[in-house]
Amino acid sequence: MERREKAVMRKRTRYESTASVPQFTNSPTMIVMIGLPARGKTYISKKLTRYLNWIGVPTRVFNVGQYRRDAVRTYKSFEFFRPDNEEAMKIRKACALAALKDVFCYFTQDHGQVAVFDATNTTRERREVILTFAKENGYKVFFVESLCDDPEIIAENIKQVKLSSPDYVNCDKEEAVTDFLKRIDCYKLTYVPLDDDKDRSLSYIKIFNVGSRYLVNQVQDHIQSRIVYYLMNIHVTPRTIYLCRHGESELNLLGRIGGDSGLSPRGTKFAAALGTYIRGQCIPDLKIWTSHMRRTIQTAEAIGVPYEQWKALNEIDAGVCEEMTYEEIQNHFTEEFALRDQDKYRYRYPKGESYEDLVQRLEPVIMELERQENVLVICHQAVMRCLLAYFLDKTSDELPYLKCPLHTVMKLTPVAYGCEVESIFLNIEAVNTHRDRPVNVDVDRDPEDALLTVPEHN
Amino acid sequence: MMRNTSRFRDGQDREGTVCMTNCPTLIVTVGLPARGKTYISKKLTRYLNWIGVPTKEFNVGQYRRECVKIYKSFEFFRPDNEEGLKIRKQCALAALNDVRQYLSVEGGQVAVFDATNTTRERRATIVRFAEQNGYKVFFVESVCEDPNVIAENIVQVKLGSPDYTDCNTEEAIQDFMKRIKCYENSYQPLDENLDRELSYIKIMNVGQRYLVNRVLDHIQSRIVYYLMNIHITPRSIYLCRHGESDFNVRGCIGGDTGLSPRGKEFAQCLGRFIQDQNIKDLKVWTSQMKRTIQTAEALGVPYEQWKALNEIDAGVCEEMMYEEIQEHYPLEFALRDQDKYRYRYPKGESYEDLVQRLEPVIMELERQENVLVICHQAVMRCLLAYFLDKSAEELPYLKCPLHTVLKLTPVAYGCKVESIYLNVEAVNTHRDKPENVDISRLPEEALLTVPAHY
Repeated sequence: MERREKAVMRKRTRYESTASVPQFTNSPTMIVMIGLPARGKTYISKKLTRYLNWIGVPTRVFNVGQYRRDAVRTYKSFEFFRPDNEEAMKIRKACALAALKDVFCYFTQDHGQVAVFDATNTTRERREVILTFAKENGYKVFFVESLCDDPEIIAENIKQVKLSSPDYVNCDKEEAVTDFLKRIDCYKLTYVPLDDDKDRSLSYIKIFNVGSRYLVNQVQDHIQSRIVYYLMNIHVTPRTIYLCRHGESELNLLGRIGGDSGLSPRGTKFAAALGTYIRGQCIPDLKIWTSHMRRTIQTAEAIGVPYEQWKALNEIDAGVCEEMTYEEIQNHFTEEFALRDQDKYRYRYPKGESYEDLVQRLEPVIMELERQENVLVICHQAVMRCLLAYFLDKTSDELPYLKCPLHTVMKLTPVAYGCEVESIFLNIEAVNTHRDRPVNVDVDRDPEDALLTVPEHN
Repeated sequence: MMRNTSRFRDGQDREGTVCMTNCPTLIVTVGLPARGKTYISKKLTRYLNWIGVPTKEFNVGQYRRECVKIYKSFEFFRPDNEEGLKIRKQCALAALNDVRQYLSVEGGQVAVFDATNTTRERRATIVRFAEQNGYKVFFVESVCEDPNVIAENIVQVKLGSPDYTDCNTEEAIQDFMKRIKCYENSYQPLDENLDRELSYIKIMNVGQRYLVNRVLDHIQSRIVYYLMNIHITPRSIYLCRHGESDFNVRGCIGGDTGLSPRGKEFAQCLGRFIQDQNIKDLKVWTSQMKRTIQTAEALGVPYEQWKALNEIDAGVCEEMMYEEIQEHYPLEFALRDQDKYRYRYPKGESYEDLVQRLEPVIMELERQENVLVICHQAVMRCLLAYFLDKSAEELPYLKCPLHTVLKLTPVAYGCKVESIYLNVEAVNTHRDKPENVDISRLPEEALLTVPAHY
């Protein structure tokens, strides 16, 4: 719990911040996956981890299969997974325990808050081991079980992520698929799903057939409630997300930040080019979102199709620095300018916002983006950095320095466990608005040092 | 987030409604009597209206009471009472008719059809009706076998029902239990297999377990999230503003000043009040502005800060007195009086924006138990409007005076409010809507309702 008052009167050398939302987790939480192979456990683990880290909850995945690959250098065949293979069973149990040990370190030494334990965990016995471990250490446990009997989904799954697994690097497709299906069979013999009755005191969500049905039991706290909400909103239908900024604005040309100006002549050209590009992509049922600011609305108008406005997509509020050039900020708010360079993610402009605040503001946008299919989001530099960081799993240190140039569309396509990015410059010149972190971030630095990385402007 | 307005400088209003749902939605409750259907219906309706989704509930029991003026006994509900069955079916159809009126003619977006709907046949009728009219259907079934919960339910809301005004407690309970029995034999709960194409949430044992099937769109997803966060554990929510601030004293709005001497006195009194209330596990929340933090500091207990609880951003009018706003922005001042809920200060926020901002706070308040929220005038109005089901018109004029704690206790279908003035003088900061809201009005008319200040 943070109880700091900002002491505005004394000179600060280091930036102190208070997160915009209280931290709602008291004890660390273990999310434990359950399910046969090829049921999307790793997909869910990675996606959930990415989301939690983005909203500010330190989370890490512990993939037991990875531990197994490190222990047993070369994968031979499905025989390793036969339930009567005693030697292999010993190794597999050792791997699970090694992973649990690392979970312990993550929570106690690395200040982690959520650990995602990604393994099949298909037997009651294995789950008991985990529950005992958690109880001894005071961790909460939330199970996520994925059940699926749709052969098409499983086949697609195998194609997308199993064929390229290190386990099958020297096999041809046919062999790999055959072996993997036999591997699944090995688990089926001993699979005991969570039971409505026997497991009624456990906290869990059961996901059936990639989300057509969910069973949710004993949600204990805020973070589990958020996890359930998130899992119920994601889907695996193929789709594309397009991110871009508004066209170059009048204030962009003058090197001024924030404000609510209209498009420059080149910005207007970009808007037209964007329209052409979008029409050329022939995207079915494309939704277009903008902010409430003139420059994104004007950009969308040129495309000539309906669009929806979100206030949450407005650019970061620079408070007292709104509409200033960096030179003016250096002049009038020297200390603030340096403090921002010291911690650009958490730094909050006086009477304005921080990137950290932006992420909170954008969370409902991300949630709705997860629900939607094909969407074009026309937004702003800081906003786009936040959204991009979510899709590309960038840390809070990297986020404020992501390159999001004007007149460039980022095309994001979910694939395997991540996102494919394609960057398309629409060939209309624009000013550069990207200011790199200067080398000297001391509050006592020379003005030249502060302004070294300011991009050119009129 | 879903409803938004952008205003251009040339005075043109432009509405872009982000689509929560393309077609209207019919929420249909399912469950035996005393399973919380009406509680859920009313609460859900209140929440949806607050976040800006026009919603109305249609309680079939109410239609029945209007049709059969006097309730005699449970015999009316016997499954072999043909006359009773006819009347009940008519009532359901009448209610559906009104649903159609609300959703297709009056521009409503969600209708909550509150009835037992315990037979597959009745539900099929409703689904057909919805298909004919282009509505999406989402079922909310409440299943509960805990006799304690049912007994408490009966005590809280059935004994006070119009059906039992002339009965004593014993008689009422007996009759009601027999009424439940009438439904039990023909009850066909939603079935995992037979009903797998329907969209629904099954709530089991007041939220211990949920089964969610085929959530179709954003609004259904939000409804599920909300239903999964509410609980019925008794608790109290305390709402108050920060102690009187230096700006309050001078009649300036917004800003980030500290407490005046009287404000500090209030903080001390608040501390003693909270101690005397002896509240179990009280959580204390503040905004990130000095005046709420200073108030909480005086309590001497841990507190948590929410940026979302910060006062409404008055943009270009920040730190001005009303007299100054009238002088420098007479047009804006008048426009605000014309539509105080939707009006957005230039470079600032509207009450409508505030509600969006506060939605996660409300969601977390629903999850929590005993909480004291120390906030600000506009923020407190928004929160209060949620708990007391006030309309967008009433919200910006709710009275939230300084140095007064509102204690909200959920009871039956609503909220009991107790207003406790902690006996420390403070300026009045409440400005009523003036008579004349024309942009051509005289300054005196604009400033008529400005409260006194130093």
